[in-house]
Amino acid sequence: MAQGTKEGIKSQIELPLAEAIRISFQSLKIRFWRSMITTAGILLGIAFFVAVLSGSEITKVMTERQGSQAIVTSIDEVQTGNISSQQIWLIVMSLIVCVVGIANSMLMAVTERFREIGTMKCLGALNKFVVELFLLESGFQGLTGALMGALVGFISIMLISLKDYGLDVFLGFPQYGLRVLMYMGVACILGMLIAIIGAAGPAYRAAQLPPADAMRVEI
Amino acid sequence: MSEAVVKSDIAVKTVGITKEYQMGGTILRALKGVDVEIKRGEYISIMGPSGSGKSTLFNMIGALDRPTAGTVYIDDVNLLELNPAEIAWLRCWKIGYIFQTFNLIPVMTAMENVTLPMIFAGLSSSERKKKGMELLTKVGLDQRADHKPNELSGGQQQRVAIARSLANGPSIVLADEPTGNLDLRTGRDIINILRDMNKRENVTIISATHDLKMLDVSDRVIYIRDGMVEQIKARSELKLEIGTIEGEQI
Repeated sequence: MAQGTKEGIKSQIELPLAEAIRISFQSLKIRFWRSMITTAGILLGIAFFVAVLSGSEITKVMTERQGSQAIVTSIDEVQTGNISSQQIWLIVMSLIVCVVGIANSMLMAVTERFREIGTMKCLGALNKFVVELFLLESGFQGLTGALMGALVGFISIMLISLKDYGLDVFLGFPQYGLRVLMYMGVACILGMLIAIIGAAGPAYRAAQLPPADAMRVEI
Repeated sequence: MSEAVVKSDIAVKTVGITKEYQMGGTILRALKGVDVEIKRGEYISIMGPSGSGKSTLFNMIGALDRPTAGTVYIDDVNLLELNPAEIAWLRCWKIGYIFQTFNLIPVMTAMENVTLPMIFAGLSSSERKKKGMELLTKVGLDQRADHKPNELSGGQQQRVAIARSLANGPSIVLADEPTGNLDLRTGRDIINILRDMNKRENVTIISATHDLKMLDVSDRVIYIRDGMVEQIKARSELKLEIGTIEGEQI
């Protein structure tokens, strides 16, 4: 009897990355509004983070430029020209809000699709492919959200500074511009990383589960 | 299919499978040593009250869950010997699944749902479309190809699920209470489609159910109670009983 042989059984093919990218794009497109909400969560976190960091930089530069005429927002700043402990607190807070907000968005976005993951595995998806799909999706969302968030954060802090310091704020740009751009860059990478890390955990867990268990998960 | 290596005529065989679940501090024994043999081309119903372990058995046969002990053979291949990529191949090509809750991907159209397993099988886009349409026509839903599951009735959704289960020409179709969420008539339609598939394409059908209508078309019925096989009956032994059971119910 042929029992115990693996005759006739093949290994499931690995789909090319291009196919995974196509499917993840399509997946984002067909659940556009749901993806937008997740992306908006990332956007807000990053916008807050960029606004706080850039805000402190702009304040520092502008108080120096305007000297005594400056609108003194903090005695510390005028005295030392450094970031005050209050601002450090704000930056830390914004970072926490950003990390927790994005991680939560991604966690929910993956967890609500456990059943779908189970179904895909029933239909022949490899664990690796499932994880790949979710990492790509979260990466796209993270990047889009973070780019838009950095822009929104920058624009809002510019508007606020415009109100505080007048048009002079544009003349000061060469002094703070580089640092602000650097903050925006860091925030973009941060946003994308947190989004991917936030999605990786539940996606990996769901992919490892036997399909029967994944499909049983109710949220 | 006949040119394949000579194998036994057993499509599915389980040897002493047990399944235990950890429920808080206690261990729940859902299956307590089940041995069944299912021949190629058979239409099998697994019957039993809720909680008897029939869905658990279904999951074991379908390689959707691992038994705590014992072995499952599909087409004479021991599932324990397969690595994850081979299990995925088996799920993709050899077995089709139909669920009580349909399990269609809600954001995808009927066509996209049916062609999803073909993506995993590596078919090209044009091949997928052609085959997808053939399958949807087979279940009478070619006109609804672009509809999403929430735009279809329960019966139609289950027909999409049946089409999807046939995507890569499986030799075994597993159906877990396929008529459980459907009314009497729609349920009968689904059973007829399954029976047709079984007769025409010699697909082995294994269905966990407690729908008595299902018995009428089954070659054999496996009764499960308390995680064990209580009895196995051929259809010829059933005929009379169905009448009485249905008679009692009405």
